[in-house]
Amino acid sequence: MNDIAVKVRNVSHQFGEQGESLHVRALLDTSLDIARGELLCLIGPSGCGKSTLLNVIGGLLEPTTGTVHVGNTQVKGPLPQQVAYVFQENALFPWSTVIENVKLGMMFQGVARTEREPRARKSLTAVGLADFADHYPGQLSGGMRQRAALARALSLETEIILMDEPFGALDEQTRMVLGEDLSALLSQTGKTIIFVTHSLGEAVFLADRVAVFSARPGTIKEIIAVEEPHPRKPAFMTSEKFTLLRNQLYSLLHDEIRKAVMQSTASERAAASGRGTGKGAPS
Amino acid sequence: MSASGDRRRASLASRGMQFAFVVILVGVWYLGTTYGGISPILLPNPVAVYHELMDVLATGEYVSDLRITLMELVTAFSISSTVGVTLGYLISRSQYSIRVFEPLFAGMYSVPVILFLPLYILFFGLGPASKIALGVTTSFFPIILNTIAGFGYVDRIFVLSARSMGASEFQLFRWVLLPAALPIILTGLRIGFTVALLSILGSETIASLAGLGHRIVQLGEGMDTARMFAYIAFVVVIALILNMAVSTLEARAKRP
Repeated sequence: MNDIAVKVRNVSHQFGEQGESLHVRALLDTSLDIARGELLCLIGPSGCGKSTLLNVIGGLLEPTTGTVHVGNTQVKGPLPQQVAYVFQENALFPWSTVIENVKLGMMFQGVARTEREPRARKSLTAVGLADFADHYPGQLSGGMRQRAALARALSLETEIILMDEPFGALDEQTRMVLGEDLSALLSQTGKTIIFVTHSLGEAVFLADRVAVFSARPGTIKEIIAVEEPHPRKPAFMTSEKFTLLRNQLYSLLHDEIRKAVMQSTASERAAASGRGTGKGAPS
Repeated sequence: MSASGDRRRASLASRGMQFAFVVILVGVWYLGTTYGGISPILLPNPVAVYHELMDVLATGEYVSDLRITLMELVTAFSISSTVGVTLGYLISRSQYSIRVFEPLFAGMYSVPVILFLPLYILFFGLGPASKIALGVTTSFFPIILNTIAGFGYVDRIFVLSARSMGASEFQLFRWVLLPAALPIILTGLRIGFTVALLSILGSETIASLAGLGHRIVQLGEGMDTARMFAYIAFVVVIALILNMAVSTLEARAKRP
């Protein structure tokens, strides 16, 4: 019982009410256990509800039905002491320097003032940004900004980190390097990570287990285990095991992606045919 | 290094052109009024205007009119910025009220407010109160519209991430909403200040008992054109100083 960090039970979520034009069933009756210290990747076609599930786990979104437990606590809202977030887009405050950003997070969480500075320095050093503490986010590259966002999450010293396509906006080469660094970093900390991605390679490279989503309304279709110790080396990426797992993921996803593409074409056509007040669209 | 040098040279060159333009303008004005046979009642000689200006400054007779105009400006701007920012913040709290009020205020912003001056004079008399009312009306709209825009369209990701880290309502306001909205609000305040000054000076020239605008009209009607020009120059300099001060404050507050 105690080695389960997050317990998801029969979670469904819909945006808008049934019968409304913007009604979307994003997530359907999903159940999942995430072990302590595990890195779980959620992968699936766009709009399948993987980010929705992440937001439900993080308490940013209340599910229509079902429950989520973090440890023994039922999730009713954000749990800043237990769960930290790294968002896809740049969620650093552009009006504050990198280190101020990290310290603000700790202030929100309730860390004592004297502890903030050393903890911020430590986490910035851990992600390799010690020399950029006094830069503004706008002065950093996309990859460095995501490192800073990761430092902010690490400094909160939560047991769980949720990452919503954190490298989604970066180029292939930057995300490879960041992936390697992340694997090395996390193997030391023993944190529980839930990581949303749409990159097959990233999922296999980082995850202990990969949960594959079906097209909307999304639910977990299959879970694949990646038996490879952390930290993972670049050589893993060229191994036969990696290729086999990647291909297995691809064949699982292929049909779902086709379905999702058909859906989105249909819904775009529906949207183009008029109306809609732009409220609570799924991500 | 050389790129910034190039830029500095280019900016120096354009400054030089601007200066030369003003010199030529004043030169033409001087030559026209000295040798061109233009009536000094229509256009006084710049030298005469300069002497009048020195006299105005030396005697200090401008003080009472300047004090009235500035008092009107400060009162009007205090009212419109307090009400505009507070109301704008409250409206920005819900998407519904933004949808209701933003188009409403944007529509009212395009009404030429000077048309209300006769009404305000009827309500508040010829004294400063009607000028203050007009100043408030003109500056209120840019201030409230920018406040709504500033607070109402803060990137959702900032709010989400602050909430996920446990920010309280006050912390969210102080550390996220306010710094995100401030640059846009400051622009609104600067525009509001400028239009308040313009409308107050303008309304003083139309119907008033005192103030710099009033003084200028009085001198014009008395055909004391040289002194009127001196006052106009004085007001231009005052307006320039005020606008520069406000722009500097805005730029300083916006620097991250």
